[in-house]
Amino acid sequence: MTRVHDMGGRFGDGPVDPGAPDDPLYAEAWHARALAVTLASGALGQWNLDMSRRARESLPPKEYASFSYYEKWVAAVADLLVETGVVTRDELATAAADESVPSGETGRREAHPLAARALRAENVAAALAKGSPVNRRFDGTPAFAAGQAVRTVRPAANRMVDGGHTRLPIYAAGATGRVLRCHGAHVFPDAHAHGLGEAPEPLYTVVFPAGELWAHPENPRDEVTLDLWQSYLEPA
Amino acid sequence: MPHDHHDHDDPHALLPPDPALRVRALETLLARKGLIDPAALDEIIDIYQNRIGPRNGAQVVARAWADPAFREALLQDATPVVADLGFFGRQGEHVVAVENTEEVHNMVVCTLCSCYPWPLLGIPPAWYKSDAYRARAVREPRKVLADFGVALLEQTAVRVWDSSAEVRYLVIPRRPEGTGGMGVDELAKLVTRDSMIGTGLALEPGQ
Repeated sequence: MTRVHDMGGRFGDGPVDPGAPDDPLYAEAWHARALAVTLASGALGQWNLDMSRRARESLPPKEYASFSYYEKWVAAVADLLVETGVVTRDELATAAADESVPSGETGRREAHPLAARALRAENVAAALAKGSPVNRRFDGTPAFAAGQAVRTVRPAANRMVDGGHTRLPIYAAGATGRVLRCHGAHVFPDAHAHGLGEAPEPLYTVVFPAGELWAHPENPRDEVTLDLWQSYLEPA
Repeated sequence: MPHDHHDHDDPHALLPPDPALRVRALETLLARKGLIDPAALDEIIDIYQNRIGPRNGAQVVARAWADPAFREALLQDATPVVADLGFFGRQGEHVVAVENTEEVHNMVVCTLCSCYPWPLLGIPPAWYKSDAYRARAVREPRKVLADFGVALLEQTAVRVWDSSAEVRYLVIPRRPEGTGGMGVDELAKLVTRDSMIGTGLALEPGQ
């Protein structure tokens, strides 16, 4: 039930290349375009951020591993556009045949029921500044308090959808830590990524000693924190 | 139990394999249907190129160094404090500031994707999104810091924040020595992007 994106703690990746301070923001011009197409498509309101993450991490492992960052984004947007019925497979295939049309040239226009929701240039700054807060009202009592010892569930897995989206990394499954911070209730990605509603749950920052997670921690006093929803946790 | 169905005939495979052509095909299709406005794409790119970037976060850090009451409020509940400075929005709706000291060095990663505080730091650099950083930062942060040329004192503990939810973290680096008389604008010039992720230190004056 593991997914290729869940790579925390993995061995064999080699050094991190920190680049140079004056590196361009985008290594290729199309990276910027990919980011913008992704954000503008999302503004149509047919999927949420958890669904976007789910679509990216559901790419076949060979593609996930070989695609560059923005290739993953573009593939996920194409898949979501078809999944949510915004465009058809035939239209995507036709778009591929029309790739000689220069960027920005719209050619003939067809009325689409969602066209009224398209993000306009004059509304971009306000839409980005507004964001999408995910804190929600919660009428129950949070199960845990700051300072309390908790253990994460094992296996790390979506309990509603087999193989579905979840935000408990495998490296932290079954680990014991301590609640550092309570954030109130946040939208629950395991439900939200699959169209099962927001199902808000209390969210906690939990701190784990490195020795709880790794066989050979670099320093016994080092720690890792994770932001974890209540149903990922049980009392320790 | 429902399964997360995976279609092996993925729609994205219908697009050209070359990524630049793939993006262009998608943009052309959506623009033709009136679903995206090419001018809106230009505006998105311009905002993250020219208006939202690490200078925002540097202002927050410099103020925290210069103003004890601001620092206190920031560490208590950063979201309204940075929002008051105009830093709020997509990928920065819930912000926590963590302060480096002689005892603890904070470092931020997102092992599951690449979550990053956009309104404060802009679009993440390539290394932040790399497999090597995502895989290694949690397990061997000191070796990763060495890749950045950063060495910590042995007695300094490392706390790595794996941002697995919508909380976004801003590291307040240690204030360099010899900056006592500096104002906020001068201090902000010492605050690098990497120092606010925890893979770098603030610059020394004159560095």
